[in-house]
Amino acid sequence: MQDFFYMGGYGLYVWGSYAVAAIVLISNIVLPKFQHKAMLKKLTKKLQRAEKLR
Amino acid sequence: MMKFIHKTASPPYFYKLAGLWQPWLAAITVLLLLAGLYGGLIYAPTDYQQGESYRIIYIHVPAAWMSLFIYVVMAVTAAIGLIWRIKLAESVTVCSAPIGAGFTLLALVTGSLWGKPMWGAWWVWDARLTSELILLFLYAGVMSLYAAISDKRVAGRAVAILALVGVVNIPIIHYSVEWWNTLHQGPTVTKFDKPSIDFRMLVPLLIMALAFKVYYVWSLFMRLRVELLDRERNTQWVKSLLMDNKE
Repeated sequence: MQDFFYMGGYGLYVWGSYAVAAIVLISNIVLPKFQHKAMLKKLTKKLQRAEKLR
Repeated sequence: MMKFIHKTASPPYFYKLAGLWQPWLAAITVLLLLAGLYGGLIYAPTDYQQGESYRIIYIHVPAAWMSLFIYVVMAVTAAIGLIWRIKLAESVTVCSAPIGAGFTLLALVTGSLWGKPMWGAWWVWDARLTSELILLFLYAGVMSLYAAISDKRVAGRAVAILALVGVVNIPIIHYSVEWWNTLHQGPTVTKFDKPSIDFRMLVPLLIMALAFKVYYVWSLFMRLRVELLDRERNTQWVKSLLMDNKE
């Protein structure tokens, strides 16, 4: 198990690469998810305001 | 055929379709990633020259392939958007840019982390590395140009032209290791004769590449749904969708 994390002395480089990959991949899923929620909220509010005016 | 394309590419239909596909794309991505990671980190044997450090390949190479692939998708959809004025095509160009930029950044950073122990340098101004860096700037250019123009139809057209002009960089990146004497190693998989890579190393690499492809579609669909809502905010389908959402 320790060998697995040690990666023949390249642990920092190998795991560093996989960590950066995780950050990039997750952020491109989480960000649009938040944006989608924010967009729905914003447009719903706008619609409600427009209806009140009518 | 054209009827099918127009129906699928119509914003309300596509918005619904993309929403239905999302959980499946997510599940397939996760399964492929798990298989690829197991294959790359545990199953694949140690390299006889580079030891364990070569395992960076399972991120680096698929990410670099995606950085080129996504740009080609952007250029093709840009052309379709310009010629046939299909709104969805314009949106695909725009929404692909941040994902492509992510993969380009990932390819550059993992390349740096691989270059340090193997070449002794984080960065060299080599043809492959430099042209990939230019690709990152192209993605950034597309994103900032789109953000800078408030009329989204005009912005979409401007971005499409930029994406088409930038496509000349793609063959330069691909052939850079053959045209110039570079520090970066030549292709080991994408050449016409037998790949010069062990089969047990190759299979996890291809699984990771496939995982990244499905991931791209997943992430793209999420971004497209936001973009479609934004662009079509004044249409009836968005309004009735919001009404249903409220209740």
